[in-house]
Amino acid sequence: MDLFQIDFGGQASKKVLGIDLGTTNSLVAFMDLTGPVVIPDPAGRNMVPSIVSLSDDGHSYIVGDEARARLITRPDHSVYSVKRLMGRGAADIAGEIKLFPFKIAEGSESVLRLRMGDRTLTPPEVSAQVLRRLKANAESYLGEPVSQAVITVPAYFNDAQRQATKDAGRIAGLEVLRLVNEPTAASLAYGLDKRNEGVIAVYDLGGGTFDISILRLHEGIFEVLATNGDTHLGGDDIDNRLLAIAIEDASSEWGRDISTIGEAVQTFRQAVIAAKEALSFAPEASIEVSYGGKTYQRSITRNHFESLIKDIVDRTLAPCRQALRDSGLGPDQIDEVVLVGGSTRIPLVRLAVRNLFKAEPHTDLNPDEVVALGAAVQAAILSGEVQDQLLLDVTPLSLGIETMGGVVTKLIHRNSTIPASASEVFTTSVDGQKHVLIHVLQGERELVKDCRSLARFDLKDIDPLPAGMTRIEVRFLIDANGILAVSARDVRTGKEQSVEVKPSYGLTDEQVDAMVKESFDKAEEDFRARQVREAQVEADTILSAVEKAKANDAWLLLADEERATVDLAVNQLLAVYHSDNHRLILDHIARLDEATVRLAETMMNTAVQDALKGTKI
Amino acid sequence: MSHSKEEHHCWNCGEHSASERAARSLFCQFCNTLQAPSPDYYRFFSLPKTLAIDDEALQQTFYQMSRLLHPDRYGRRHERERNYSLEATAILNDGYRVLKDPVRRAEYVLRENGFQVGEQRSNEVPPELLEEVFELNMMLDELKAGDDDVIPQLDEARDRFLAMLDSIDTELDEEFRSHDAADDDGARMASLTAIRGILHRRRYIRNLIDEVDRQLTSRNA
Ligand SMILES: [Zn+2]
Repeated sequence: MDLFQIDFGGQASKKVLGIDLGTTNSLVAFMDLTGPVVIPDPAGRNMVPSIVSLSDDGHSYIVGDEARARLITRPDHSVYSVKRLMGRGAADIAGEIKLFPFKIAEGSESVLRLRMGDRTLTPPEVSAQVLRRLKANAESYLGEPVSQAVITVPAYFNDAQRQATKDAGRIAGLEVLRLVNEPTAASLAYGLDKRNEGVIAVYDLGGGTFDISILRLHEGIFEVLATNGDTHLGGDDIDNRLLAIAIEDASSEWGRDISTIGEAVQTFRQAVIAAKEALSFAPEASIEVSYGGKTYQRSITRNHFESLIKDIVDRTLAPCRQALRDSGLGPDQIDEVVLVGGSTRIPLVRLAVRNLFKAEPHTDLNPDEVVALGAAVQAAILSGEVQDQLLLDVTPLSLGIETMGGVVTKLIHRNSTIPASASEVFTTSVDGQKHVLIHVLQGERELVKDCRSLARFDLKDIDPLPAGMTRIEVRFLIDANGILAVSARDVRTGKEQSVEVKPSYGLTDEQVDAMVKESFDKAEEDFRARQVREAQVEADTILSAVEKAKANDAWLLLADEERATVDLAVNQLLAVYHSDNHRLILDHIARLDEATVRLAETMMNTAVQDALKGTKI
Repeated sequence: MSHSKEEHHCWNCGEHSASERAARSLFCQFCNTLQAPSPDYYRFFSLPKTLAIDDEALQQTFYQMSRLLHPDRYGRRHERERNYSLEATAILNDGYRVLKDPVRRAEYVLRENGFQVGEQRSNEVPPELLEEVFELNMMLDELKAGDDDVIPQLDEARDRFLAMLDSIDTELDEEFRSHDAADDDGARMASLTAIRGILHRRRYIRNLIDEVDRQLTSRNA
């Protein structure tokens, strides 16, 4: 990141952004003097849809609302919900990918790559485009470059998914100071001006993931007692239910199967989402679609909708009960419940939460924004602006190693407060053995095949000694981001042992470095382009003002040479208008400004005279 | 790693701590920077090596030290200090997990005193439980064979084992006190040996209850 800071001549801001990188929408927030605030885009929108599309000329990426229409018109150039693919392998998502119109590029065995037009991108690179948009929005809002951020992740994200998110930040030119769990971030935003003692449950039903966290609040300390969830359960699943019936319906009405036409499916998806949102406020809504010259319309009652999604809502309850058990608390010991995520607006979801926790859920903060606001609070904690609050989070999944017979021995149990560590001593089993391979897994099950492989750690260059003579102590350390680091030392010599990491999914450090470099080149390009664009906007303003002034009587009152000076300055500005050097444009704006001083004075005088004469200006 | 006062010099300002107490402190008494933490949980929490512990006080210490040591507090500090903060907080959290739980705490002290503790030994049936365990296994077999009539009996057995767990915990508590009151090493080691036996029985019963729970839930599902 030093590169980036040096590039701005050491003027890099000390501001740390809080970013909610969501499945469906993403937001950026920061802490101002009054508290955390969401930063809108230049058009005033707080949410940036997590949609990325490659432009037709293949030179740039279109992100957010502007990319939404392209999901229909250019589905082969566009990607959405990429968060579902973060930190996962091609074989891993074979079942799920069918629901998406994405094309997996060839050669994706070790690292998943998506095809967009004639390019292939890894999920972190796609996410990085969303992050770059958020970063640019923040920079133009704050009027200064920003290089550091806190990014939120689902609490139930595993190591690989967290690492992939961190990689995305790096590729976008952001130093990720901390990954914060989404429900925990929400509790920070919520806890700012609320009660500061007691136990709260945060129920977070996002676009593609579900999390539940139980926290104890005590004198500014937010201590997570337990967390649970499902990384494949969210609002998208609810949409898919409605989508399935609408498409089946329309297919039989229109006499052709439209479920295989990507464009049609996207059109229907947007229509059912609108109906779903309407059903949170009305007992009945209508799904309306026009596609390919045909129209489709059907109404759906809230009752019917609820029967369609009941099992999805019920699936959120098992993780809630497990989290309660793990925290050693009963439902009646939960003082308050906080709802996060757009899907918690659904009345059936609220009812389920109310019934389980026997508490009225809190809805006073916007469920779409509360995570980003909390990320901004955590950013302020890290920068030292906020000192009276502290987050103690946990690791959501147990960490273990493969032992004899394909069994997993757990070293760090789920819901352990992080940072957390464990040590294990390994010995050689064969004379002269020079390597020990350690297979690290994450998950709650007993067998290797039922847990998720994180990485293989190769202890290399072991002194060749008789079997059992070498003892190596391996230390597993989960940091405050929930990411694992492994170190090893020879017990006998105390010497640091080299460890080579072979991640099971995701990118190597070298790959990320290459992407960072590439995107850095682009980021610089983007930054220059933005400066030029801003200069052009300023030029537009002064050019149109001069144009208007020329219609004023004052223009005719000027001397010929004064008029010629103004015309010359206008032409010179127009000549450099399309240059890629913003300084040149600004320079000619200043000259034109100078050249029109007399004109402006004369206008002022005639205006005053007109006013004295009682005429309207 | 040595903790003797002669050798303790601050990595940052180079001053060396005069008193033993200061040398043990996590922070340099001169420049207040964080020092390499001690991996000994009792020393880390500044607790005497007793097995009975005041839970409330332990929790307060945990919160206080979290405020001082957590990596969130070291974001803008020197890299070496940031690493110490990560290390120290890991020890703080690991230690708190161990010390707040009487069983893990006892196992920790046993290990520190050279006793072997672990799952390997939990397969031997404690002799006084032989008969109960035999009956329980019969019932579990019947359940697996599809005989649901045995469920009430299993529930009863489960309750009996839970009651045993309670009395074991009382026994453990008493043994903790006699360990803490021991005036010489001989008495202390005798007490630790007794504790190891109690823990073994406890672990065995805990596993039995878990097994019954597993079978009953898979039956209900
Ligand atoms: Zn010092």
